[in-house]
Amino acid sequence: MGSSPKIEALREHLKALEADGHPVDDARFDLGHSAADRHLGGLATHGLHEVYAATTPDATAALGFALGLVRRAGGDRPVVWGVQAMAGLETGQIHGPGLRELGLDPGRLVLVRVKEMKDLLAAGEEALSCGAVGAVLLTAWGESKALSLTATRRLSMAAGQGRATAVLTRLAAQPQPSAAETRWRVRGGLSRALEAEAPGHPTYAVELLRHRLGAQPRTWIMEWDRERGVFEQGGQNAGHEQSKRPTLPGGLVSPAADGSAAAGGGAVRRYG
Amino acid sequence: MRLAAGDASALALGLSPGMTLADARARAPDIRVVAHRPEADAALLQRVLLDFGRFTPMAATDGLDGLALDVTGCAHLFGGEEGLVRAVAARASGVGLAVRLALAGTPEAARALARFGRGGIHEGEGQSQALRRLPVAALELSEKETQALSRAGLKTLAHLADRPTAPIAARFGAAAATRLNRVLGREDARIRPERPVPLVSVDRILVEPITETTEVEAVLGDLLSEAMDRLDLRGQGGRAFQVGFFRLDGEVRHISVRTGRPTRDAPAVLRLFRERLASLARPLDPGFGFDQLRLSVPVADRLASRQRGFDRTPPGAEDLGRLVDRLTARLGPEAVSRFEPVASHWPERTVRLTPAALPPGEDGEWPEPDPVDPPLRPLQMFDPPQPILATAEVPDHPPNRFIWRRVDHRLVRVEGPERIAPEWWRRLRGPLEPTRDYYRVEDQEGRRFWLFRSGFYGEEPAPRWFVHGVFA
Repeated sequence: MGSSPKIEALREHLKALEADGHPVDDARFDLGHSAADRHLGGLATHGLHEVYAATTPDATAALGFALGLVRRAGGDRPVVWGVQAMAGLETGQIHGPGLRELGLDPGRLVLVRVKEMKDLLAAGEEALSCGAVGAVLLTAWGESKALSLTATRRLSMAAGQGRATAVLTRLAAQPQPSAAETRWRVRGGLSRALEAEAPGHPTYAVELLRHRLGAQPRTWIMEWDRERGVFEQGGQNAGHEQSKRPTLPGGLVSPAADGSAAAGGGAVRRYG
Repeated sequence: MRLAAGDASALALGLSPGMTLADARARAPDIRVVAHRPEADAALLQRVLLDFGRFTPMAATDGLDGLALDVTGCAHLFGGEEGLVRAVAARASGVGLAVRLALAGTPEAARALARFGRGGIHEGEGQSQALRRLPVAALELSEKETQALSRAGLKTLAHLADRPTAPIAARFGAAAATRLNRVLGREDARIRPERPVPLVSVDRILVEPITETTEVEAVLGDLLSEAMDRLDLRGQGGRAFQVGFFRLDGEVRHISVRTGRPTRDAPAVLRLFRERLASLARPLDPGFGFDQLRLSVPVADRLASRQRGFDRTPPGAEDLGRLVDRLTARLGPEAVSRFEPVASHWPERTVRLTPAALPPGEDGEWPEPDPVDPPLRPLQMFDPPQPILATAEVPDHPPNRFIWRRVDHRLVRVEGPERIAPEWWRRLRGPLEPTRDYYRVEDQEGRRFWLFRSGFYGEEPAPRWFVHGVFA
């Protein structure tokens, strides 16, 4: 084959255009939560994922889950976190030591604080496509016309271009159509109590609202394990399941890879 | 009312500053009188100063009605000293100013020649001759001292110049001797320019004024690559870049951008300028066009080979720096930040947000969480802490419910207290904040909060409850 690099680049470009903003590669990451991973078949690493807070007081839970996704997807690369000022006022400012407590390195995070939605989206797009960051987390406050289907498609495309993971957390907003690969709704979950009824590890009630490759909506209780960087089966009766689980270093679970192939092959194309 | 100043024709009529208005009217009934507005004069002088920055970066105001320009090494740009003086005169009369220009070896000499002589270009022997002809008033001493000098029969500087300095100082004060030395050019006092002199400065004087963005960018690109070459010679990279846009009508606008790390990447800096120009609150208005652009580099750092810090800089850091620069140019330095740990146990002070564009400070350490503990510090914190209404079964016991933002939270899990005392050694003024007892709590909906009680029961003032943060 005598095709020059230029032709190759053009082919890549065309492929990206045809994909309509959806990731062109099949890099995937899993959550470490066996039931969810079996159901989902992995999540696109270079795509857009949306996390809605079920109610405003669940904002921190939604952010916690989103940070979990970022950590699962991004590895050790830099993270850019864009926050709309209003979100900080309503739900509290991001606290560096709290990030460390969830297992992320605050020193690798660049925090971008903006007022307007359009600035948030522009900054997110720029960070995603520059190729220097592993993941971009955006926290958007409220409903906005600026956050249209086109805007999410642009984010998704930028993620594919820069080979980064985009996680859009939406606070005080109702789920609406977008170009996201997956859409989640998160609320806080009762943790497994530690000694003397002390609050336990971060626990979330996570509801899958939409999956572009057609996995059905489902709800799981997930507990975040900071030390291993995986989501676990959470909730009151999670104790014995955890002990049965094989602990793989790095949380790579092979069933997920098989599942992803199956889900990918038999996918029904749907747009939410 | 008195005259503050008069133009050349007024002075020719014999009117002089300080004269009463009635007196002046009596001598010349049909003079035009305008109210004196010193602040408007000062503003005009500032604008002229800014505009005259086109002749040299070393420009300063001189008194309330004068400018001093250090033109060392600048004259050749305007075709020699005559050309420079002609250009300055043309520029001044173009904006409607009557000026007297003097060019001499030292600023004090030039000032004396402009204010008390006839101006002109002076050097060497000619300069001393011209200076010697000036009246003693050119020393600008106090009225008493000037009078004392003339009473002693010393009318011009020539009378003083040849005498030994010590007796002059003894008789007329040390100021007289110092001033004499300075005016005669025996002592060189440098002017203090209005803006710091940049390390590198590149000018482009345009024959045809330009108005189009594309033209401006083309010129800017040229200037940048020239400046980068100069920085390269010095082994430096720029950390801040400033462009002065000199408009045909004398308006000057300075736009600057900063970069996180020293750079010599002209296209990248041009991109930053493009971002900056596109996001200006008050867009750049070319008017009838810009006739000069100046690029200066006020801040530079050593920029050695890329190999430096190879072991510490993670791959992609260079690109991340560029991204940070672009975002900073668009959103401002405060909007793009990074966390830095602070050695303190007082919750508000354990972390600091610093502009990400600044080079990282001393590497502090983030405290390593205990592997078995759940998060002990919240992901989100309120600043200031939010007051709540909390109840405990028994005073001094952990709370069992609290009301915040009109919502009742019943607590099902509680851990605490973790007692945190204020840092008394940091207290500067005012009373010390009460000690806090922190509790990690979880309500019946599975939301985890960080609450604290400020103060103790049975003490004055009564303890108050706050929610300080929310756990994920």
